[in-house]
Amino acid sequence: MRKVFKLQDLDCANCAAKMEAAINKIDGVEKATMSFMTQKLTIVADDARFDAIMDEVERACAKVEPDMEILR
Amino acid sequence: MNKKQKRWRNRIVFALVLFAAVYAAVELLPLSAWLGSEHAALWLEFALFLVPYLIAGYDVLLKAARNIGHGQVFDENFLMGIATIGAFAMILFPDADPHMAEGAAVMLFYQVGELFQSYAVGKSRQSIADMMDIAPDYANVMRNGELEEVDPDDVQVGDEIVVKPGERVPIDGIVVAGISQLDTAALTGESVPRHVEAGAEVISGCINMTGVLTVRTTKPFGESTVSRILELVENAAEKKARTESFITRFARYYTPIVTGAALALAVIPPLLGMGPWSDWILRGLTFLVVSCPCALVISVPLSFFGGIGGASRLGILVKGSNYLETLAQVETVVFDKTGTLTNGTFSVVAVHAEAHVDPELVLSFAAHAEAYSDHPIALSVKEAYRGNIEQARVREAREESGHGVSALVDERAVLVGNDKLMRAHGVAFHDCELAGTILHVSLDGEYLGHIAIADVVKDDAEAALRALRETGVRTTVMLTGDRAEVAAAVAKAVGVDEFRAQLLPQDKVAEVEALMAQTVQRSTKAKLAFVGDGINDAPVLTRADVGIAMGAMGSDAAIEAADVVLMDDKPSNIAKAIRIARKTMRIVWQNIVFAIGVKVVILVLAAVGLANMWLAVFGDVGVAVLAILNAMRCMNVKNF
Repeated sequence: MRKVFKLQDLDCANCAAKMEAAINKIDGVEKATMSFMTQKLTIVADDARFDAIMDEVERACAKVEPDMEILR
Repeated sequence: MNKKQKRWRNRIVFALVLFAAVYAAVELLPLSAWLGSEHAALWLEFALFLVPYLIAGYDVLLKAARNIGHGQVFDENFLMGIATIGAFAMILFPDADPHMAEGAAVMLFYQVGELFQSYAVGKSRQSIADMMDIAPDYANVMRNGELEEVDPDDVQVGDEIVVKPGERVPIDGIVVAGISQLDTAALTGESVPRHVEAGAEVISGCINMTGVLTVRTTKPFGESTVSRILELVENAAEKKARTESFITRFARYYTPIVTGAALALAVIPPLLGMGPWSDWILRGLTFLVVSCPCALVISVPLSFFGGIGGASRLGILVKGSNYLETLAQVETVVFDKTGTLTNGTFSVVAVHAEAHVDPELVLSFAAHAEAYSDHPIALSVKEAYRGNIEQARVREAREESGHGVSALVDERAVLVGNDKLMRAHGVAFHDCELAGTILHVSLDGEYLGHIAIADVVKDDAEAALRALRETGVRTTVMLTGDRAEVAAAVAKAVGVDEFRAQLLPQDKVAEVEALMAQTVQRSTKAKLAFVGDGINDAPVLTRADVGIAMGAMGSDAAIEAADVVLMDDKPSNIAKAIRIARKTMRIVWQNIVFAIGVKVVILVLAAVGLANMWLAVFGDVGVAVLAILNAMRCMNVKNF
């Protein structure tokens, strides 16, 4: 399943790149792209575990940029 | 500026003023005389500089502490924190000069730069959002005799909506009533308004200028042009260019390497007895200040985003940064003929009557004989005939498949068709020098003359090809399923280098593959673009390095298959798209070379002890600001 999430308070381009790399390492994530300019996160991930994966994504992002919020 | 940025700005200004006051006080006032000792004065200075430093940078330090807890060693806040705290800590080395002013200044300028970055990024996000502000908020629907504003999503296909002057057409549809002018600039970049009246198709996103229109919708809002365009442009950021990935990879290694080098520089030389600890530690701290690759990671995506946004303003939709990158390398452009270089509609280009015959008479008989036919050729003949077609005059009209028609007009036998028809009926005829479809006309077995019908070359096709050559495209090729003579005539008229005629759709793919091989042979980086109208050339559009679909207003197939979509059907926009792509790539590389160059120079100077922290903070913040300003130029497409 492919889903797009809007991101709030994504202020740092380098962090976006780091978060993208971290999300792509999560088990079950097929492909993730984070766009600093459009403030969007696109995730292609395992259907059945999508919510669990998203929780993990949030944790991974909080490690890099705690101020940012993923609007789910 | 938003609220957060304003608070941030005020804090920085306050810290700057305080810093200036402290700096002046330390320089001008005889502190050591008042306090009685040099040592006490130094610690007073330390305390004084700490105030503006903390006001400006407390959030950086907090974030640094928090992120280090999360194991983010190469966090930019952390590195900046270490560098500045380190500068203050130089006070612990009695043999070294104090560096408190530098520590505070580095933090201040770092924050100024961060604020500017945040402002500039917000600004470009906003201006591109404005450019894309073509989404209508509501649709007027007639309910119970009253106009009601409803969410365009709630309008059903086939509903009638009312578009008032000044409003945007919310949903694609057909005009039922009303006459008006439509401003399509937001969609196509075309500034001349389009006239519409009952029966005309209208596309969502256009602005209704003069009259009230009643429109019957033909698509749901989600599938209307405006929704599709917005989706396409918003998704463009997903497909990253190779340059972008390169920068991301570079950033991943750059920070750890510079940080490692900083550590080595601070520790190894003094251990080897090459000088005092304070000197080498300061050089290491200077390294940390330039350890963030921010200038690159912000300016490169910003340039691509700006280029895509700017292009969309001209009605050129690029589906991803990677396609912009490929477009900049295009050296071969392959065109489909019909609908791309030509209008794709047939019209009568000449009527050649025999010596004693009036040309109007030829057209009149032909138009009447074709009265019942709706073949494209018949339609073009009827369109060219200026008089009225009286169907009562026509009897026994019969289509002779693949040959033409025969009919009795005013009880006289008329034949209209190709060579085969004439031969079948034993009529003597002669050929025409014009390329195109030739329609012979005979009356009672006697040859009257012929009508030449051809697809008309687009007005700006020739100019478009000239513009392409000027932008540096080496080869232009035209592919067509049409006959060789027709192809040759069009090729000559528009000025393409080569043409291939009588191709079946699958031949076109093979032809494009062969041309791609040729292009790569000439130069490994050269790319091939295929331009089509997207209706029946989807496989070729997908196969080419870049597939460009033209005249895509309303054509779903084209929007799906192509990588670059030209909203209107002007071939001259291809050259514009390539120019925008080249400009974007030029700016991207300027920034990469400039940012990396300056940083490397500063690193080298710092290593040998020639660069101080002031220069390093320029290398970090100054370079980022300049790179961002440069990147913002990508959005400007006024001169294209």
